[in-house]
Amino acid sequence: MQQVTEIDWDILAPELIIMIACALLVILDLVLPSMISRRWIGLFSLVAVVTAGVWIVTQFGHSPVALLENTYRLTPVTLIWKLILLSGTFLVLLISLGEDQEEFAPNSGEYYYLLLAAVLGGMFMVSSADLITLYVGLELFSLSSYVLVGIRKRRGDSNEAAWKYVVLGGMSSAFILYGMSFLYGLSGSTNLANIQQYIVKAQGTYDWIIYLSFFLMIVGFGFKLASAPFHTWVPDVYQGAATPITSFLSVVSKSLAFALLFIMIGVFDGIDEGWESIFLPTLMIMAALSMIIGNTAALRQKNMKRLMAYSSIAQAGYILIPIATLNKLYFPSTFFYLFVYLFMTIGAFAVIMLVMRQEKNEDMKAFAGLHQRSPWLALAMTIFLISLAGIPLTAGFFGKMLIIMGALGMEHLWLIVIMVITTIVSYYYYFSIIRQMYFRKANTTRRIRTSWPIGIAISMSAIATIGFGVFPEWILNLVESLLFK
Amino acid sequence: MTALNQWLPTLITFSPLLGIIILLFIPREKERVHRSIGILATLPPLVLSVWMYNSFNQKLVGFQMKQSFDWIRLFDDAKISYSMGVDGISMPLTLLTCVISTLAVIASLYIRRRTKQYYMLFLLLQTGMLGVFLSSTFFLFFIFFEITLVAAFFLIGIWGYLEKERAANLFLIYNGIGSAFMLIAMIGLFLSTKTWEYHDMQERLVMWLNLAEQPVLLWVIFICLFIAFAIKLPIFPFHSWMLRTHVEAPTPVVMVHSGILLKMGAYGLMRFGVGMFPDYMKEMTWILIALGLINIIYGAILAFVQKELKRVLAYSSVSHMGIILLGIASLNQIGLKGALFQAISHGLISALLFYIVGSLYERTKTTELAMLGGLARRMPILSGLLLVAGLALLGLPGLSGFISEFLAFLGLFQVQPIFAAVGTIGLILAAAYTLRAVLKTTFGPMRESFQGLRDIRLNESIPMLILVGLITLIGVYPKIVDDSIQLTLYQMVLRIGG
Repeated sequence: MQQVTEIDWDILAPELIIMIACALLVILDLVLPSMISRRWIGLFSLVAVVTAGVWIVTQFGHSPVALLENTYRLTPVTLIWKLILLSGTFLVLLISLGEDQEEFAPNSGEYYYLLLAAVLGGMFMVSSADLITLYVGLELFSLSSYVLVGIRKRRGDSNEAAWKYVVLGGMSSAFILYGMSFLYGLSGSTNLANIQQYIVKAQGTYDWIIYLSFFLMIVGFGFKLASAPFHTWVPDVYQGAATPITSFLSVVSKSLAFALLFIMIGVFDGIDEGWESIFLPTLMIMAALSMIIGNTAALRQKNMKRLMAYSSIAQAGYILIPIATLNKLYFPSTFFYLFVYLFMTIGAFAVIMLVMRQEKNEDMKAFAGLHQRSPWLALAMTIFLISLAGIPLTAGFFGKMLIIMGALGMEHLWLIVIMVITTIVSYYYYFSIIRQMYFRKANTTRRIRTSWPIGIAISMSAIATIGFGVFPEWILNLVESLLFK
Repeated sequence: MTALNQWLPTLITFSPLLGIIILLFIPREKERVHRSIGILATLPPLVLSVWMYNSFNQKLVGFQMKQSFDWIRLFDDAKISYSMGVDGISMPLTLLTCVISTLAVIASLYIRRRTKQYYMLFLLLQTGMLGVFLSSTFFLFFIFFEITLVAAFFLIGIWGYLEKERAANLFLIYNGIGSAFMLIAMIGLFLSTKTWEYHDMQERLVMWLNLAEQPVLLWVIFICLFIAFAIKLPIFPFHSWMLRTHVEAPTPVVMVHSGILLKMGAYGLMRFGVGMFPDYMKEMTWILIALGLINIIYGAILAFVQKELKRVLAYSSVSHMGIILLGIASLNQIGLKGALFQAISHGLISALLFYIVGSLYERTKTTELAMLGGLARRMPILSGLLLVAGLALLGLPGLSGFISEFLAFLGLFQVQPIFAAVGTIGLILAAAYTLRAVLKTTFGPMRESFQGLRDIRLNESIPMLILVGLITLIGVYPKIVDDSIQLTLYQMVLRIGG
């Protein structure tokens, strides 16, 4: 047995950095007198996230390792997932820094270390090779995000959102756990590799248990993915949560759910029967429903955050396609899309946050005539929106093209057609914001105030959205060099 | 020299961007500066494309002045390369784009607000249009195609007339559907041929198409392509967006729209339809002829009953696009030449007509036929130009409209004499609706309120006179266009075989 002292701590370093930072901040926030500004806590967590991210980059090319009784592993895939999680958290922290004085004033210390705790859970989850660590990581993430949604304690809608999120999130976790318990029952092991071997042996005799376990877990995953038909919580929670948290849910939480789905798909991988005929079609139906429901419901939204919520449901549908068709491009296309989705979504939320804060209005009309007041902000928003709509020379287009490229064939043509048609539907609502910004007259002439962290976040996102649209191979080569070395 | 020539397509396409960059640094209020920069920025592409026309070698097969380098490496060996070039079909259309863009920018003097944004978007639109014609890979074609879509959306929606937003929306959604179909076709073509280059695609498709059992996917791809360009051209059931655009968009944008953007549909049908799927086009001949005839007659009849000048012209565009379709449907060299001539000639004529109508509107503030009348008395020059443009539209010999329609019908006569004969009814109808519209505008009693109208100024009439000159030049001496397209069309027809 491996001794704790013999572990190569280098490998765990990113997690440890976040963990230590989180613990330190909890204690300091408690000890320090309340007069001292909590803003530096945000800066400190930003530094922690960057350090962890840089450490992960140095781990690229590391040979796969398993640690701690084979419950934690480091593989190229886990590195990519962590990079996505940390980049998302980094941008969320940046836009939170610009927001904290007003939004989370008394609780800003709490806000930052909960965010760190959440991302720590996520990092453990993507690295886990065992049901127990997987679930603990997932719950650490979920519990922290429940609190984050309700952090604006004095606001009714925030409380309502947190309440909905806790109840439904708890249920989804229960579904996942129940599904996992069947896997344990079949195999007598919590180790994912063992489970996979047992499932292969058990198929034929215990098929129904495998199916039951799969479907129970899919319900839970569907919730975390914000995919139809498990999407009803999304608009309310997105609307009630503070905007940085909304973008956190929309990006980091969704990416994490996809990581979870990938891990579980790996476990069920050995099954011959039922794979093509039951599992994948289930995912395809979820993808199709998400695209249809998300895009059509978004048409009627006037509230910006609800609109983005439905857009996020639709985007979940697009990203599900590579997994549902399980083609040979599914790894690069999912990672590419999640990466670029991160930038365009957080960028859009940052602009929405700025506009809404100044206008005290969540309605789309708050954007009227933005091009006169803040031309650069309007331009950035346009870039994010046309990228979300999938128009060329933005990263969003290339992401969609990769998805279609992987899945196109006569057998999945219907799914592609749905994707393409709903994309056109999405033009309507994404461009309706552009219409407000450029075609309508502004009610005021006040410029939108920006603070430097948000400015940095928006410009980084805009540059990434265009940059990865023109040179997508930067991401593709990274993914390829990690996965196929 | 050749090293420089290789850069020409790229330089032509991206030279308008220079104007955008300069405009970025000009304050918002300096309208006059915006105008001059806007006009100056369209000159480099014009000069360069004339140079390209001169150095174009008419005896070379396929793309020339070709430049390509790797752009995106996708996975395994698949990559997307940046590749631009020019051949017989794209040469005249590029020239047309440069000419009409320059004239339309001059015609932009009616734009009076948000000029900085206007000229930036206009130049972006021009880059998109030039790129569409000058790219020699499908991927680039698609990207430039989408750039035109976004730029035109803004131009229509911000500077258009009363119902501009609806028009912009309709434009976006219809063309979005078209590009969606094109995207599926593009990726399908890539997956089945493993290349983006037009030339390689053609070669590899021939191998596929020679197989006894062709994959269904090829038909799906072909249908997707056809729908995409049918929306753009537009072909009969898909034309409603174009009418609205023509009525609501600002004058210079309509000039560009009916002059060039619609021709991208014709270009696409020839490049991808005839060029890559000649056999399928052949099987579709009947459908093409039927759609062409519907376009011609439906457009002409509706043009005859319209009460508003711009709608007359919009429906006449539908009718004239039908002639392009008939030319393509003939699938022989004369017919295809007719289609291409029609694209160019109608581009010039409709740009001229919409410009005249635009400057008319600036004075009369109405384009309702019932309100107009007798304008020849107060505005003899404008009315004269309108008459010339009308005559060109109805196909008067000696002007470019005649030669193109003649060729298109001649091509069709060789294969389907009866339907060609039916199609010529369109010519008679064209004379009827054009003369009706022109006469109602210029002759008859004049309204009291028009007494104070002034005729057009010199700077307004220069673009018109240039257009009239070009229309006459092509009508009298078609060889200037003919020489460059000859060989490419010949190659294209060879592929059709049979």
